Amino acid sequence: MVTPALAILSLFTLGLLAPFLFALLPRHAGKLLCLPPAFWCGWFWSKTPASGQTWTSPWIPELGITFSFRLDGLASLFAILITGIGAMVLLYTEGYCGAKPGSGRLYGLLLLFLASMLGVVLADDAILLFLFWEATSVTSFLLIGFEHERANARRGAVQALMVTGGGGLALLAGLLVIVQQTGQGRISAWGPLAGDPLYLAMFALVAIGCFTKSAQFPFHFWLPNAMTAPTPVSAYLHSATMVKAGVYLLARLSGSLGGTEVWTWTLTLVGGATMLTGTLLALRQTDLKRLLAYSTVAALGTMVFVLARGGAEAASAFAAFVLAHALYKGALFLVAGAIDHTADSRDAFRLGGLWQRAPVLATASTLAGLGMMGVAPLAFLAKETLVDGLLSPPDVPSLIVFGVMAAGAVAIAGIVAFRPFFGKADPAIADGHKPDAPLLTGPAVLAVLGIVGGLTPTFVFERIGGPVAAAIGGGTDPHPWALWHGFGAPLAFSVGTLALGLAVYRAWPAWIARAAPWPSFGFDRAYDAGLRGTVSVARAFTRTIQNGRLRAYLQTTIATFLVLVTLAAVRWNPSPQIRLDTALPHEALLALAMLLAVLAAVRSVSRLAAVVTLGVVGFGVALTYALFGAPDLAMTQIAVETLTVILFVLTFYHLPRFARGSGTRTRAVDALLATGVGATMAAITLVASQRLLGTPISAHFAENSLAEAHGRNVVNVILVDYRGLDTLGEITVLSIAGLGVVALWTFGRRAAKGGSA
Amino acid sequence: MRSIILSTVARAMLPILIMFSLFLLWRGHNEPGGGFTGGLVAAAGVILFSLAYSPRAARRVVRVDLKTLTGFGLLMAAGSGTVAVFAGKPFLTGVWWKLAGPQGSTIELGTPFFFDLGVYLVVIGVTLSILFSKAEEEERP
Repeated sequence: MVTPALAILSLFTLGLLAPFLFALLPRHAGKLLCLPPAFWCGWFWSKTPASGQTWTSPWIPELGITFSFRLDGLASLFAILITGIGAMVLLYTEGYCGAKPGSGRLYGLLLLFLASMLGVVLADDAILLFLFWEATSVTSFLLIGFEHERANARRGAVQALMVTGGGGLALLAGLLVIVQQTGQGRISAWGPLAGDPLYLAMFALVAIGCFTKSAQFPFHFWLPNAMTAPTPVSAYLHSATMVKAGVYLLARLSGSLGGTEVWTWTLTLVGGATMLTGTLLALRQTDLKRLLAYSTVAALGTMVFVLARGGAEAASAFAAFVLAHALYKGALFLVAGAIDHTADSRDAFRLGGLWQRAPVLATASTLAGLGMMGVAPLAFLAKETLVDGLLSPPDVPSLIVFGVMAAGAVAIAGIVAFRPFFGKADPAIADGHKPDAPLLTGPAVLAVLGIVGGLTPTFVFERIGGPVAAAIGGGTDPHPWALWHGFGAPLAFSVGTLALGLAVYRAWPAWIARAAPWPSFGFDRAYDAGLRGTVSVARAFTRTIQNGRLRAYLQTTIATFLVLVTLAAVRWNPSPQIRLDTALPHEALLALAMLLAVLAAVRSVSRLAAVVTLGVVGFGVALTYALFGAPDLAMTQIAVETLTVILFVLTFYHLPRFARGSGTRTRAVDALLATGVGATMAAITLVASQRLLGTPISAHFAENSLAEAHGRNVVNVILVDYRGLDTLGEITVLSIAGLGVVALWTFGRRAAKGGSA
Repeated sequence: MRSIILSTVARAMLPILIMFSLFLLWRGHNEPGGGFTGGLVAAAGVILFSLAYSPRAARRVVRVDLKTLTGFGLLMAAGSGTVAVFAGKPFLTGVWWKLAGPQGSTIELGTPFFFDLGVYLVVIGVTLSILFSKAEEEERP
């Protein structure tokens, strides 16, 4: 049976095999690898309009976690984009990288990312979704840092992982709270949660996860820095797919978490702030990819902004915008990469006149640019639908914010899509080479689809807009998409923003030429400062805790133990009774001998005397065991005591001269701690022998030892049978410790030898 | 500096201590003793020998590499636990066999004994590794 799970699994497998395929056929890897995603794209297209088909099979039944997938209108829209644009990007990669060694890894990672992303949009189980979500973060990290020999690629990769990974933790917590409260792991089974007492926590945690992933203000800074990735990666992950994961999840959960004041206000404010930030920051850039990255931030803000409104109309507008944006922005990113390839520059300020050298690319770029301006059919349709929603009833602040964003998009489209081809070239730009077919196919196909899609609005609406509205809008959109809305307020709005945008475009070169560098504060700086702060705090903390002085470690451990036990004793007040009248003479004698030995050890001025007196204590303990019926312990104690003395003798000559290194005060602290431990242990032993908290298990062991475990020595039966797993763990630890000691001694010896030689 | 008295005693004591340690190991299930104590006693015997002669001579007496001995002990302890798994019981459950002993008696032999044997080997291996590596350091000042 063909299921979403099969799609994900097959693409994962393909990703693992891709490096080998590349090694075999380096010149055709892209052509071949783009076929399976293209096939799945067709499959997902043919499956819509699907009315929420689900598949499920058990995974961890104890925890209620299942392998469940859902294919409804929303999932279908994203699945089509992921597989379709993925196929174009894989093909493009062939032209971008050629047969450059190491590109097999790029193909493989792209496919692994593709499969993970597909998992995010198809998963219906909260935990499964989270796993795929994290997989996209990790593959994105690897892809951004693909050229890992460059320092800023590494920095961008780590930053993206920190921000999206940190958000991922919040998301996990949020999902777990929802699962806990609803008792349901299946996302499709979650009803409206607005009435839940923990609603605020759920919403806040999930929103942080989504906002970080989708680069919303104030987490937007990682996206432009992720542009250090190879261009196919930027086009795919950081405009068309991964950054939309957060938007997707917000859309997916809008039925459960949406519809409240908090939802509407948070999404409107964050989305609006992101739109403005992205637009304004984009216009300060001259690098094509950074320009596009900031405009993507603005577009993601728009999507969140639209989701704040809720309802079928907003859902349908959301679908139109997601589709249009993925097509034109994906195309423009690919064009930017092709320009870089052709002219060896991405400087929007200096590039120009490239249309003669690359006419096909210029055409694709123009079509995509028209899309970004909101003039090309599909984008125009999306924009009109959005504005329609904002106008009924008129929402002036939103219209202003959206107007700024739309005008900014027009200007940015002019800068990235037209200026490099039709503007005046800086003569310093080198003459490059012509782009070849694989580099052109991707942008051309995506740009043309943006035109064609808009010319057949009813057909596309049936496949995309309607099903999305049904999936997240809670009904059918009363206004199907139409290209022509007639002369009215939306058209006037479009014309107005177009005019404003063109004016900004004309002013841009002069503005960039004399713009002073901005003050270097920003969220990016704040991130750096935060990271540095964390590291230095950790370092200071480690220096305090791990100060390398054994005495301090012991003191800390012992003092902690004393404090905890004393606190417990104060609360519990077990008040043990001390009875000395039952002691037999020889027991008292033994105790006295041990006490004297301890005193002698403490006061001794020779190391040998200290060792001998401590040995007396050890053998005294062994004798105590023997007297109180524990011959096994006594034997072990004697053997250990003997070997300790031997070890000490071996070390003896290497130790420095015996000297009293510490002053009276240190010795007083030591004495206090030592006495404290002794008193506490004695008290614990007393309490343990006088107070029983429950029936001791020793009786059970003693009764059943022979019958069940065929042994009369209960101690040994416990060690090797009842508590066999403990013993196995102990001897494993013992072996590791032994290896460690030998390694330390051996390496120490080698290092000393190396040093003297 | 080699003491002839110590060498002679150590040479005589080594087999006795090893036999005593095996005795402790064997009776451990029913009487005081067991793999841990047995292992320590055997190690003490070898250490005595190494003090009287040299760590190198003692290593020759042991014959097997100590790391191998430790690993083999661990493997035996873990392996004795897996026998139960093949019998469909949880890991480390004791499985017992009754063997015919001399004069019509029966000897009960179970996987816990092999577990204890593993403990015995690990204790010898680890103790000797630590003490030898220290003692060899002393040999070369």
